[in-house]
Amino acid sequence: MKTSLSVKGQRSLIQRIALAPYSVWAVLFILVPLVFVAYYAFTDQNYAFTTDNITRFFTATSQVADGDTVREVHTYLLIFGRSLKLAVISTLICLLLGYPFAYLIAKASPRTQSLLITVIMIPMWMNFLIRTYAWMTILQDTGILNSFLRFFGIKPLHIIGTEGAVVIGMVYDYLPYMILPIYSVMAKMDERLIEAAYDLGCDGAGVLRRVIWPLSLPGVISGIEMVLIPSISTFYISQKLGNGKFYLIGDAIESQYTANNLHFAAAIAFVLMIVLLIGMAILQRGANRRAAA
Amino acid sequence: MKKIIELKNVCKSFDGELVLDHINLDIYDNEFLTLLGPSGCGKTTTLRLIGGFETADEGDIVFMGETINHVPPHKRNVNTVFQRYALFPHLNVFENVAFPLREQHVPKAEIVSRVEEMLKLVALTGFEKRSVTSLSGGQQQRVAIARALISHPKVLLLDEPLAALDLKLRKDMQKELKTIQKATGITFVFVTHDQEEALSMSDTVVVMSNGRIQQIGTPIDIYNEPKNAFVADFIGESNILDGVMLADRKVRFSGHTFTCVDSGFEVKEPVDVVIRPEDVDIVPEERGMLRGTVTSVTFLGVHYEIIVDIGGFKWMIQTTDFVDVDEHIGLYIEPDAIHIMKKSEYSGMFGDYSSYSDEMDEIGEIDSEEIVEAELRAEAESESDT
Repeated sequence: MKTSLSVKGQRSLIQRIALAPYSVWAVLFILVPLVFVAYYAFTDQNYAFTTDNITRFFTATSQVADGDTVREVHTYLLIFGRSLKLAVISTLICLLLGYPFAYLIAKASPRTQSLLITVIMIPMWMNFLIRTYAWMTILQDTGILNSFLRFFGIKPLHIIGTEGAVVIGMVYDYLPYMILPIYSVMAKMDERLIEAAYDLGCDGAGVLRRVIWPLSLPGVISGIEMVLIPSISTFYISQKLGNGKFYLIGDAIESQYTANNLHFAAAIAFVLMIVLLIGMAILQRGANRRAAA
Repeated sequence: MKKIIELKNVCKSFDGELVLDHINLDIYDNEFLTLLGPSGCGKTTTLRLIGGFETADEGDIVFMGETINHVPPHKRNVNTVFQRYALFPHLNVFENVAFPLREQHVPKAEIVSRVEEMLKLVALTGFEKRSVTSLSGGQQQRVAIARALISHPKVLLLDEPLAALDLKLRKDMQKELKTIQKATGITFVFVTHDQEEALSMSDTVVVMSNGRIQQIGTPIDIYNEPKNAFVADFIGESNILDGVMLADRKVRFSGHTFTCVDSGFEVKEPVDVVIRPEDVDIVPEERGMLRGTVTSVTFLGVHYEIIVDIGGFKWMIQTTDFVDVDEHIGLYIEPDAIHIMKKSEYSGMFGDYSSYSDEMDEIGEIDSEEIVEAELRAEAESESDT
């Protein structure tokens, strides 16, 4: 009994030592920065406690021209709403494109699977800025797409500087993050469950709705998280592809930060984080309840 | 009896390798039919063809008089109990069993009563709300059976459903499956590699090897009248000897002429002789038809399993009498214990128990025709003597 206990103690010590680098890393690079964000969000220039920064996020107003009239709006709530709208649209498009694609990859032969995964990953090897610049070149009024359309005698499209351009940029950048988690769930799915569903009377649509979709939900949830979170806080894409017309929450954080207004920048980031955490918790709960039903 | 399923000259290859070679099989209403064979014999492929998960390269699959080669699984009145059950992990026991009914848009009240009835049949009442992943192997098995039976298929296909269960549970489930089959009157097509399971449960056993059907028959027929050395060896234990028919009901092997009950062979036709280990009586050496030396004795509870060396050929004998290693004993064989089979591609591959001895090598090198001739000469001499 004594020896087994001591062996157990030793092993857990070894385990603790093995985990130490990760624990240190987690504390230094995850916990400490979060504490700093919260600290800055709730302090003023003199590092005295205040909730002014948070209050300012919800109450600050500004005037915008709406045709001939001038409207007063809640600045940051408006920006946040716009960010949320574009991020949700991009996420939905990523899901609609990514889900069938992930399914097709998972159904392909192992060789084709690894080839397709590589193809999806290749754009991710390129620098994010370069990718966004590439889309500028494509979507500009005198860009590649419109030259192409003109060549075939089709009326050119005005895309750059619209919400559509921002969404295109987001979808392009974040689509792999939707495909990969869904693919990894689907690749592990037991083929016999699908056969069983056919056997028990489902046609193709029934199998998809009653077996494949519910079983792939964990992948869908993490895909949504991985696309929604970066796209809600992106700033560069909106600046370059939206011609700066669509000021997003990420842009707000960035401009406050560059204006050396660290405390308010932290407050915006803090609110964004809390909203996302609540949103994800609701999403997870919904998925868990479905899984348990 | 009414034919439910007919397989006509069915062939199937995977990657250029022939898995099913001209299978012809009739499955009748209300029968418990077992496809039995070692892994890779094509039994599971046969089942999957009936279920609609594979398409035959050649030949027809006929279901109640209708060719269904290209009918998809969900339109076949056939359900499958999969190996390892394939229960839906995102649904509880009730919803797993109700799955086919929801697809048919059965009214809610009827779903509840039919699921209850099914759970009662498989003795799982009270498990409705349980998650299928929390169930034991045997319980998961029952859910799979209930789910497959609830839409009253004409035929239930079972793909090695008991392979993952431990011995005790397997025996119980064998009995239970048989009871369920009798109670529901549904035709069961059961796939297994376990010959004991096949014999104890089936009305009809189909023995398969290398993509071909070796024999179709009742368990008793298959055991007592195996068609070739493969069947004799695969079903139970067998001593299979090279012999030659001297006349109707007269066969010569191991240097001795025996009276047997088989006839209809040509004179001097080389045959395979099967003698089951439990059909051999041990007698004092001087009274034996054959004489040999015991080389090993294993106690198996119900009986001893002994290996006896008779002229280089190792026999397996099951006996309740104790004999010791190196003892010289005599063997006595009743005429009806001797079963004669035609020579087949499997002749000489099975049925001797000398795998741990190299004595057989010498004998194997002698041309079998020489043996036959030598034995015939011996026979002629012994007859001229009398």
